[in-house]
Amino acid sequence: MTDVLDPPVVVEHHDEHHEDHGPTGILKWITSTDHKVIGLSYTITSVIMMVIGGLFAEIIRAQLTTPNNSLVSLAQYNELFTMHGSVMIYLFIGPFAFGALANIIVPIQIGAPDMAFPRLNALSYWLYLTGSITMLSGFFVAGGAANFGWVAYAPLSNSINTPGAGADLWIGGLLLTGFSAIFTGVNLTATIFYLRAPGMTMFRMPIFTWNLLITAILILLAFPVLTAGLIMLYCDRHFGTHIFSVAGGGVPVLWQHIFWFWGHPEVYILALPIFGMVTEIIAVFSRKPVFGYKGMVFATITIGALSLGVWAHHMFTTGVVLLPFFSIMSLLIAVPTGIKMFNWIGTMWRGEVWFSTAMLMAIGFLITFLIGGITGIYLASPPLDFFTHDTYFVVAHFHSIVMALMMGAMGALYYWGPKITGYLLNETIGKIQFWLLFIGTQVFTLPMYVLGLRGMPRRIAIYPLHHSWQYLNDWASIGALMIGLSTVAFLVNIAYSWKKYPAGDNPWDGHTLEWFTTSPPPHHNFYRLPQIRSERPTWDYNHPGHTAAEHGHSAAHRDETPVEAPTS
Amino acid sequence: MKTEAKLLLGLGTFFGAMVTVYWFWGNENAGSVMMFAGMLLCFLPGSYYYWWSRRMKPRTEDNPQATQAEGAGVVLALVFGIWFLVPGLGLAVWALFGGTAEGRRGGTH
Repeated sequence: MTDVLDPPVVVEHHDEHHEDHGPTGILKWITSTDHKVIGLSYTITSVIMMVIGGLFAEIIRAQLTTPNNSLVSLAQYNELFTMHGSVMIYLFIGPFAFGALANIIVPIQIGAPDMAFPRLNALSYWLYLTGSITMLSGFFVAGGAANFGWVAYAPLSNSINTPGAGADLWIGGLLLTGFSAIFTGVNLTATIFYLRAPGMTMFRMPIFTWNLLITAILILLAFPVLTAGLIMLYCDRHFGTHIFSVAGGGVPVLWQHIFWFWGHPEVYILALPIFGMVTEIIAVFSRKPVFGYKGMVFATITIGALSLGVWAHHMFTTGVVLLPFFSIMSLLIAVPTGIKMFNWIGTMWRGEVWFSTAMLMAIGFLITFLIGGITGIYLASPPLDFFTHDTYFVVAHFHSIVMALMMGAMGALYYWGPKITGYLLNETIGKIQFWLLFIGTQVFTLPMYVLGLRGMPRRIAIYPLHHSWQYLNDWASIGALMIGLSTVAFLVNIAYSWKKYPAGDNPWDGHTLEWFTTSPPPHHNFYRLPQIRSERPTWDYNHPGHTAAEHGHSAAHRDETPVEAPTS
Repeated sequence: MKTEAKLLLGLGTFFGAMVTVYWFWGNENAGSVMMFAGMLLCFLPGSYYYWWSRRMKPRTEDNPQATQAEGAGVVLALVFGIWFLVPGLGLAVWALFGGTAEGRRGGTH
């Protein structure tokens, strides 16, 4: 019932820190426990991984431009698609989603000086980096990198069918990054539960922080299962156990259960942080509060809860899973996701939309994610899945999803980059990047849906001369090239805009606490904090005449409050 | 603290319901065990938070009206009258002792 905002009271926190002690230079970076330094390291590492995984993708698409192409050998192709999937899922989008921006932004959004366990946080990053190097070093051993697909299905992944050190390096690298994720999950949960600023109640946390909390809980539920599964796989390969081999009385499909019990929550571990980023971007660039804040939070919780009960929709064709249960649970996820879609559009509705690069990326995310989500509903239906399983339809479906996440991630870099570095990126190059990425994604995925319906299977290096397959593959390759060019545009933008456009503390007239502090934030983040009386304390502070209604109260009135013109 | 507890207990309850349905309908071991363990993983910290939330003073971060000044209890004296300073300062000193104890390595008792 607080219709009137308290006068903006600002409490000065005296900076008691002396940053001038301790090591300097590279040693300072290596020993840093500052969440912003660690988060930036995460960001840079994961973007490098994106470039590496993207290069693999370009080679794959080049191979598929003509039938019976011999650009790469069949064995190399197996390594390429395995490592493309592994790098993108395990080493890029996952760590980017819950390690990179989450690490930097979540503590600042809740008014905390750092993560709850800064040293554990540093350990997370170094485990992630060493895990990434371990996995990629498979290319330099005899026999090459892992080549059993990013899902490592048994019995293909056993020591007879996949001998060699590359597979073991894959398992080892994944174990390390898995532990890194678990530690990050613990850290995020503890930070959000214990380090919130006074007045920052749970239901005043920004949606991004809420989504990261649910993500962290999902990490804690899912990743230990994967870690256990990997140890079992390693034992099967080297210590003579028969957990996944029929010959010794084991059950190969158990690997699929374990893998997908991690693997499907993992989809939401990747997606929920990006949902959060997009929510923040859309609200700020529509100059409105998030429409249906509590609905958003409950949709996130519901997605998290349901995601633990849908894993076997990846296993419909094994014939040994309970089809109706997993179909119903999977279809149910469409409901909270639909609520989110509705609320995103509701946030833009009658807002003063500012089509910056970040906002364009967020809208691109909405459209592409909708395409991927709708085709996901098809795949949740067993009769349709039987026909499309292991075809390019599935490949197209999840590439729509992950390319949408990629757009959200890029939008977040444009949105929060100025806060992290203190400098804006060039908007013109950013828009070129967006259109290349957005159009490229559709040119890339839409032909693959058709290819899948025309029967082209996944993971084949060569295909017979078949006109209707070839021209669709060519279009997909053109799309992939455009996506690659968009990444080049991004890197060019970083080089071009290097320390060129000072951002100031709050370039977007942001809502949440990170826009209250300096860019980049000082050691321990805040010199001062505003009173927190709603979910957007910085906006309340900067616009003291505006009423701050409780959720659900006089929302219509809030929508009609005059907004300021965009500053550029 | 209550919201955090409710979140985890709610998730645990949902997983409990889900595993019950799944076990009796599907009778599949691996998934049932994993979901059951997921339920326990929510109940364990959730019930601890709930137990603790009933015994602790509401924290400033759970108070919608909290000010940024440290030791919100002391600041209330400026609002409600100087007499509030007595319990407020008392609590602040108590909290200070708690803070030192928290930072101490090892224990003597």
